Amino acid sequence: MDGAALLGTPKPAPRAGAVVRPKRQGTSAWPLIDRIGYWLCWATGIALCLIVLWIVVYMMIKGIGYLRPALFVEHPAASLQQSKSGGFLDPIEGTLIITAIGTLIAAPTGIGIAVWLSEYARPAPLARAVESAVDVIAGVPSVVLAIFGLLVFSESFLGFLSEHAANGTVYGRSFFAAGIVMALLALPLIVGSTREALSQVPDRVREASYALGKSRASTIRCVLLPSIRPDVASGIALGMGRIIGDTAIITILLGQTLTTQAVGGTPVLGLLRGTGSTLTSYVFYNSPAGEGNSPQKAYAAAFVLLVIVLLLNALVTALTGGRRLDRLGIGARLSLIGRSFPWIP
Amino acid sequence: MRRRTGHTEDKRAERTLGALAVALLLLIGGMIVTVFVNAWPSFSSNGLSWFGPGGDVDTQLRAMQESTPLPGHSIEYFRAWPLIWGTLLTTVLAVVLALFVSTLAAVFLTEFAPQPVRRILEPVIRLLAGVPSVVYGLIGILALAPFINHHWISTSRKQSVAYVVQLNGADLTTATVILAVMITPIMVALIAGALASVPLPWREGSAALGVNRWRTIVRVSLRTARPAIVAATVLATARALGEAIMLAMVAGGRGFAANPLDGLTFLFEPVRPLAATIVQEQEGLSIAPLAHTIYAIAAVLLVSAALLSFAGWAAKQPLKRYGIRA
Amino acid sequence: MDSLMPPPVRRISVDREPSVIPAPAVSENDSRGAVQPSARRLLTRSDPAVVRERMRIESVWLAYGENWVVRDVTLPVRQGEVLALIGASGSGKTTLLRSLNRLTEVTAGGARAGRITLDGQEIHELEVNHLRRRVSMVFQQPNPFPMSIYDNVAYALAEQRPPRGRRRRRTPALEAAVEDALRRAGLYDEVAGDLTRSAQRLSGGQQQRLCIARALAAEPEVLLLDEPCSALDPISTATIEELIVGLRESVAIVIVTHNLQQAFRVADHVAFMHLGELVEYGSSEQVFDRPSQQRTRDYISGAFG
Repeated sequence: MDGAALLGTPKPAPRAGAVVRPKRQGTSAWPLIDRIGYWLCWATGIALCLIVLWIVVYMMIKGIGYLRPALFVEHPAASLQQSKSGGFLDPIEGTLIITAIGTLIAAPTGIGIAVWLSEYARPAPLARAVESAVDVIAGVPSVVLAIFGLLVFSESFLGFLSEHAANGTVYGRSFFAAGIVMALLALPLIVGSTREALSQVPDRVREASYALGKSRASTIRCVLLPSIRPDVASGIALGMGRIIGDTAIITILLGQTLTTQAVGGTPVLGLLRGTGSTLTSYVFYNSPAGEGNSPQKAYAAAFVLLVIVLLLNALVTALTGGRRLDRLGIGARLSLIGRSFPWIP
Repeated sequence: MRRRTGHTEDKRAERTLGALAVALLLLIGGMIVTVFVNAWPSFSSNGLSWFGPGGDVDTQLRAMQESTPLPGHSIEYFRAWPLIWGTLLTTVLAVVLALFVSTLAAVFLTEFAPQPVRRILEPVIRLLAGVPSVVYGLIGILALAPFINHHWISTSRKQSVAYVVQLNGADLTTATVILAVMITPIMVALIAGALASVPLPWREGSAALGVNRWRTIVRVSLRTARPAIVAATVLATARALGEAIMLAMVAGGRGFAANPLDGLTFLFEPVRPLAATIVQEQEGLSIAPLAHTIYAIAAVLLVSAALLSFAGWAAKQPLKRYGIRA
Repeated sequence: MDSLMPPPVRRISVDREPSVIPAPAVSENDSRGAVQPSARRLLTRSDPAVVRERMRIESVWLAYGENWVVRDVTLPVRQGEVLALIGASGSGKTTLLRSLNRLTEVTAGGARAGRITLDGQEIHELEVNHLRRRVSMVFQQPNPFPMSIYDNVAYALAEQRPPRGRRRRRTPALEAAVEDALRRAGLYDEVAGDLTRSAQRLSGGQQQRLCIARALAAEPEVLLLDEPCSALDPISTATIEELIVGLRESVAIVIVTHNLQQAFRVADHVAFMHLGELVEYGSSEQVFDRPSQQRTRDYISGAFG
């Protein structure tokens, strides 16, 4: 029975006039209350689009309006003519330094903890406690982390991380201090991304590696971690985004000086022990809530922040592409939220 | 020979990573203990009325800062009610508003929006979810607050309360609106994600039974997405609770208990939530009574965050019965 | 052989021909082919007196995009009997079934021509949700909602009640209707103990019967079944087939099936479709025993499929 014989001669298509192409279903026959719901959804959707559009356009206009290339290379200067003087080189420096410190500490720590939780996790009560601890950090307001950090770094034995004041007390505020506490902010995001990625790796991959005689540690190092690299990278990018965006820790732990002030003579260490500002605290300072009161510079700096966030988002998209674990890529995973305190029966 | 090396390597790796995890646990445990230990003096000298009303918060804080106790009270005297009330108001109002808007917007995004709109809106929402809170604060204080000040607060209204407080547009309404705008993108993202993963057989089955699209959305899709809605609400509330900088910029900065009995003026009175207070009083951390008070506020925030997580977990339990997993 | 090796336990014989059971001889005159004579029809032929036409499919053409999937099909659907649509994959039988309750409109970009009427009314002039309450469908994979058994069965009914004040979930009328639907689906005895249990906890066969109960709850005039037993074990299949035959008095039933034996057991009339065209339509005795078309004969005897 060959294919051609099966086909036979198909009937000719119907007249064009008789053919109907159905349209999308209308809502005219729905009861009134359903139609109200439908219109509410549309209204909200349109309102959302408009608000979003307004925010984006407003920030672009205001930001680009005041943005000059000179701003990127000048140091902030305190003067009476605030709108004309000074740029934000130091805040940009500050943002980069803080992000670098925070990420450098959070990334290995976060990956390590995630690996431990996912692959070892013994004894079980300890693992659950550690999970809860990570969830606590995720849920705690950053101000609380900041004042705790201040308390810790004001201890005299940690004076090497910041400055000693004249009367012997430790200042407690420096790039080190802020960076280390920022690492705590990024930690839950990195831990979450890595754990999620590890849980998606099927067990047979691990079993195959063990069957070849590799130990668990080298399986993790050579097989598992390389395979989840994009997801870990996107988790790190999300953590960086959180670090860049936080202001509370900066205002409390970075000393609030407009320009970067190093402490002591040593080149890098002195800088890190010193105080300074970041783009976020710069925006805060120049807004009517701070003391600078030059909205133009605040807008310009805010615009730069927006661009940075945009680039980070693009990076996350490029890293995970279609394999994204959470569809809209904002790092908030259902499995993390509400799973806190698993020891409560 | 190789297996033994692998085994010790394994043990070493486990011990190192485990030590890391335990170190984190100790750090967080230490943080919780430290905060409560430092907060204790403030709680113990005020008792439960720490949470109650009693005088102007700002005067109390100034008194502590200058080390001159208020007449008739100890140096630790503090009544946090205006701050707690401010926090409750801004958080609850913002979350309720955002929940309503986000659910409708998420339904719009997944069910009704035409494809080109959806393609543009998704990355934009993702962008907004990542925008730092200072930027929102900036928009709030430079755009929204003056707008409210000019158009919605009349001079007569200002005069009616001028003896107590200044109305200048940085107030409850601005704070609530900006806070709601800030937490909406995250909620929309989470809820839309859950709505999109409602299995097609359920939606098709509902359509085949003669139930129109809207009712299908309400009775099947939203029900299936309920864990996500709960999770989104918990996340949003946590963010609203902990938002310090943005609220310090737009909420008005005065520790004033907005009075609903003032009628519409209530909406325009300044508030100062708990987290914002910590930021604004951070200079005082070196002065003992002020430090205790600030840690007490931090302790309240910690406990609220914990209760929030627990509430989120509890709200999801009944749904697991019917096979809705989050 | 080496005397130190133990003797084999079993000797492998290599000189005998392997025995093969010969296939039954297929003669030109015998067209029963793959359908075993021992397959019994479940019930006697339906009583012609109670049979009446509910739906009529007239010269229907259906397309996805530019591709005509159903070509000029004319069929009656009668209450009191079971109509089986059989054919190979891609013959358009599922598309035809889905057009009966306008489920084909959910996918964009289709086209249609011809008439489908329900009790004389063109279905495209009816409101689509009203139509779907009169013509219910059960799918291939059981798809109970993530709710309790009671809520699943009461689902369509609860939506139909006019919203007067607060809609109470458990009115006596609703409970009676749910119990009735569960009985008709043959599931009541198994679940009566606790109707608030989650529907997801039922077995596959029970879930499919729940879906049938859910479809029956709104008292439809026509029941469409899209390969309802293909995902089920034989015992559940048998239960559901008995159910189907029992329901035909009250509901017109159209069943799409891949399984020729099932069609033989259950159907009163059979329509064989091939590449979108209706090749043969007749009573099941006629189509299975004395098919008039060569292609029908080929399909039934298993020459293709």
